Amino acid sequence: MTNHWIDIQHADVIVCIGSNPAENHPVSFKYVEKAMDNGAKLISVDPRYTRTSSKADIYAQLRPGTDIAFMGGLINYLLTNDLIQKEYVVHYTNAAFLVSEDFDFNDGLFSGYDPENFSYNKESWAYQLNDNGMPKRDDTLEHPRSVYQLMKKHYARYTPEKVCEITGTEIQSYMEVARTIASTHKADKVATVMYAMGTTQHTYGTQNVRSYAMLQLLLGNIGMAGGGINALRGESNVQGSTDYAILYHILPGYLKVPTYDNVNLAAYNEKWTPKTNDPQSANWWSNTPKYMTSLLKAYWGEAATEQNDFCYDYLPKRSGNYSYIRLMERLQNGGFEGMVFMGTNPIVGGPDVNAIASGMDKLKWLVAVDLWETESSVFWKRPGVDPKSIDTEVFLLPAASSVEKEGSISNSGRWTQWRYKAVNPPGHAESDAFIVHQWVTHLKKLYQEDGVFPEPIVDLAWNYGDGHEPDIDLVARECNGRFTRDVVIKGKAFKKGEQVPSFAYLQADGSTTSGNWLYCNSYTEEGNMMQRRGKEDPTGMGFYPNWAWCWPVNRRVLYNRASVDLQGRPWNPKKPIISWNSMTRKWEGDVPDGGWVPMNEDETKSPFIMIPEGYGRLFAAGLADGPLPEHYEPMESPVANAMTSQQCNPAVAIPGKINNSGKYPYVGTTYRVSEHWQAGAMTRNLPWLVELVPDMFVEISEELAESKSLKNGDMVTISSERGQIEARVLVTERIKPLRVQGKLVEQVGMPWHFGFNGLATGGTANTLTAAVGCANTTIPEFKAFLCNIEKGGINS
Amino acid sequence: MGISRRNFIKGSCLTAGAVALTGKQSEAGVDSPEMRTKGLQTSTTVCPYCAVGCGMIVHTKNGKIVNIEGDTEHPINQGSLCSKGSALFQVANNERRLDKVQYRAPGSDKWEEKSWDWAMQRMAKLMKETRDRNFVTEEEINGTTYTVNRNDGMAMLGAAALDNEECYLLGKFARAMGVGYLEHQARI
Repeated sequence: MTNHWIDIQHADVIVCIGSNPAENHPVSFKYVEKAMDNGAKLISVDPRYTRTSSKADIYAQLRPGTDIAFMGGLINYLLTNDLIQKEYVVHYTNAAFLVSEDFDFNDGLFSGYDPENFSYNKESWAYQLNDNGMPKRDDTLEHPRSVYQLMKKHYARYTPEKVCEITGTEIQSYMEVARTIASTHKADKVATVMYAMGTTQHTYGTQNVRSYAMLQLLLGNIGMAGGGINALRGESNVQGSTDYAILYHILPGYLKVPTYDNVNLAAYNEKWTPKTNDPQSANWWSNTPKYMTSLLKAYWGEAATEQNDFCYDYLPKRSGNYSYIRLMERLQNGGFEGMVFMGTNPIVGGPDVNAIASGMDKLKWLVAVDLWETESSVFWKRPGVDPKSIDTEVFLLPAASSVEKEGSISNSGRWTQWRYKAVNPPGHAESDAFIVHQWVTHLKKLYQEDGVFPEPIVDLAWNYGDGHEPDIDLVARECNGRFTRDVVIKGKAFKKGEQVPSFAYLQADGSTTSGNWLYCNSYTEEGNMMQRRGKEDPTGMGFYPNWAWCWPVNRRVLYNRASVDLQGRPWNPKKPIISWNSMTRKWEGDVPDGGWVPMNEDETKSPFIMIPEGYGRLFAAGLADGPLPEHYEPMESPVANAMTSQQCNPAVAIPGKINNSGKYPYVGTTYRVSEHWQAGAMTRNLPWLVELVPDMFVEISEELAESKSLKNGDMVTISSERGQIEARVLVTERIKPLRVQGKLVEQVGMPWHFGFNGLATGGTANTLTAAVGCANTTIPEFKAFLCNIEKGGINS
Repeated sequence: MGISRRNFIKGSCLTAGAVALTGKQSEAGVDSPEMRTKGLQTSTTVCPYCAVGCGMIVHTKNGKIVNIEGDTEHPINQGSLCSKGSALFQVANNERRLDKVQYRAPGSDKWEEKSWDWAMQRMAKLMKETRDRNFVTEEEINGTTYTVNRNDGMAMLGAAALDNEECYLLGKFARAMGVGYLEHQARI
C-alpha cells in the first residue's frame, strides 16, 4: 500500500476492484465505512456481487480478466472530457515527456515485438532526449509524441460501448462509475483504489495494476491522504517476507539478485544502479552500492572485505527465471533432489496442483515445516496414489505458532509490529528461527570438514547468542544494521558497534552492515522502534507515528511530496499529509518523502524519488509487455479479443494444457471466504471455523442451475483441461451470466481453500487452474480459466 | 517498567492495563474490574491471518493460553476482530497441532516419530549431499564461461507465515547454500 489502513477514512471515493475487503480484510472495512459516513462513495467492481458489493453505492459487474478494458475506458473518459488534475499531471508525471518517433502500436502489438521469443525489444519505447541527456518535454501536452497525446490516442479506442461489450458491464453503471471517479480530479478531492489478487492473478496482472495507477496519477490522487494505490495483502507478513526477499529475483530491500554476467561487485553495481542526467531527480536507487555492500557485510561479517569484493562471489548468480511456475516445471522434470517447505502448501495453493503433486513424487527428500499435517506434507498418501511407489524421504517438523515465538511482522500498510511470545509451543514444536539455526549450525560443522565451495557456509556470520533459539533481538538489530568501525558521516560521529540511525548513513566501503536497508531505522540506538505503542496522533490524520514503525524511515504515506503544490501547500488543505512551513523552512506532518525544499525553489527534487527520472510513469518503458496497458483476453476465454487480433498477451508463451475449443464453456474464477484462509491448514483444522464453512462449494447462477437441472446442495463435478474436482453447488443470484459481444457467458466461482487432508476436506479448486503466469511477475492466472460443470460427483 | 500516574489510572481500568503501557508481558492488576482475566498474564500480539495487522491481547495462565481477544488500544482494529482472528485461540489450543518430529521413510505408508537430533543430522547430511552433487560453479553461456556458484539441486518455498527476522535468517541461509530456486506465497 502507498497509504495505510486508517488512511482509507480520508477518501471521497473508494474503488474496490479485484478485491473484496468486507470478506477478506474485514476489519479494514471499518475505515471504508468511516469514509462513507463522511459522504464517500463506494464503488465495487467485481464479477460476483460480493459482501463488499452489498455495501457499495455503485456495483459494476465485469467479466474476469477484463480490468484493462474497464480502466482503459475510464482513462479515455478523463482525457476526452479533460477531467484530470492538470497541474499535478504536468509537474509530477511523465505526461509532458516526448517519446521516440520509432514507438508505435499496431493491432495489439507494440513496436519491437519478437514473436519467436514472445518478447519485445524495448529500444523504441524510450524518451526523446535533449543535448543534456534529459527527456524532452512539452508542458502544453499538445505535442503529438508527448506521453499525454500517445495515451489519449491509445485509449480513444476504449469507448464506453466497446468497453461494456468486452467486460459485460451494464453501460449505465459503467458511466456512473466514470462520473464518480472523475469527480476526484479536483485538487482537493481524492479516490483510493483497494485491489488484491483479483487484479494480479492474470497473464497481464502487472498491467492491471498499472492501469489503476495511471488513473490515480491522472486524477492527482497518488501521495494524497485517502488516495494512493493500495494492494490488500492476504497474509499477515507477506509484505515482510517480500521485503525480506524470499524470492528468486530480489535480495532484501528489493536489491536485485545478481545475474551470471554481473561478474564482480563493480559489474553488479554498474548494471543495477540507475543513472539520471536530471539534477532534479533524487534517483534513490543510486544508493544501490551502499545497500549491497551493507548486506554483504551483514551476511559474511568480518570475512567480507574490500579486498575480496565483500564476498560477492559467495552469492549464487542466476541465469534464468526461477519463479514459482518455472520451479514447478523443473520439479516435474526431475530437476530437484530436495525441497524445503516453510509453512506452505503448494498442492493446494499452486496452479495445476495435480502436476505439482506428481512432480513431488520424484524428490529424494522433502522437509515440511508446519503447525499442521498439510496436504503437501502427505503427498505420498494422497488419494489415488500407492505410497510404496514413492521413494521420497519426508521430514515433517512441528513449528511454533505466532503466539509461541517473538518477532516482527509487516502489515499491508507497511507497519512493522512486534509480537511477543505468550507460551511455549506444544510438545517438541519449535520456532522457524530455531529450525533454520539448527540447519546452519549442523551444516557449518559438516562444511568445516569438507564439501564443495564450503566458504559461503563456513564464513557465514551467524552470531545470535548461545541460547536454545537464536536471539531474535540480535537478529532484529542486524536487520537494521550497525557501524563496523568508528566513522564520521555527514558530519556526525559514530562508534563501532552503534546501530545505524537510518539508511541515509549506510556506506559502500564496509563501514556499515544492514541486513535490509529498507528496515534501517527500525532498531536504532533508541531501541526497537517496532515495539512502540505510542497512541499520539499529533496531526489528527491517523498516522500514529509512535505506534510501531513503518518503512521507509517511519513514513506513513509514500510519495507524500506529491500531495502538495509547487509551493509546498497541500492540494487539500483540510487533509494535509505534509506542508511546507515557509517561516521555519521545514516540512510539517508525516515524514516527507525526502526533505528537499518545495518544487518552486532551487535544490528541489521531484517527488517520485524511486524512479530515475523522478516523475510518475504514465508511460512505463520497463515492463515486459508494453509501456501502456492494453486489453487482451485471458489464456482461456470464451470470446475473441474485440480490441485487436492479438487474442492473448503477446509477451506470454502459450503453455500446454490450455483448451479454448468450447469443451469447457464456463468462465471459472477462485476466491476466498472470511472463515477460511489461503490453502486452508490454518482454518480447516479449527473446529469453530469448520463449523461455519464445512464444505467445498461452487457458486453458479440461477440460470445455469436451471439449464443443468441443479438445485442448492447438489453435488457436481467441475472439470478443466487440467483435472476435475467435486463440490456442492451453491445456486445464487450473486453470480449472474454476462452479456459479452452479444453472447451470454456463464461464470462460476469457487473458494480455493480446500484439500484432501485436515478436519474439513474438499475438492481443491487449483486442480482446475492453469500454470501460466503474468508476463512481468509470472503470478499464475488463477482468476480466469475455462471449466465445465456436470451434475453428480466424480464417481457418480 | 516505568508507569506514569496517568497511565496507571488508565491502565487499571483495562483488562490489559499493563499491556497498554509497554506491550510486554506482565500481570494484570489485582484490582482489575475484569474478573474474567484476574490473575492472568497478558501479552500483545498481531493477528497471523490477513495483513490488516490487528492487535490482540493474549491471556495466559500456568503456561496455557486461556483467552485471546482484540486489543482495544490498537489504533487499527480498536478491539475488533473478524471470524478468523477470533478463532486464533484454537490455533494455540488444538489437538491437531503437530508436537513431534515426524519422518516418513522411502516407500513407507506411515510416519515415524524421531528426535530433533536425529532429524537435524539426517537433514543436514541430505542437504549437503544434494548441494555437493548439484553445485554449479561455472556455466557457459553464449560462448563465455561465468562463475555462478549455484546449488541447482534443491528448492525452498515459504514463508509468508514467518516473522521478518525468521525470513531474514531463512534468506541468509538459502543464499549461503547457493539456492537460486527460492520462492514463496508472494509469487502466487
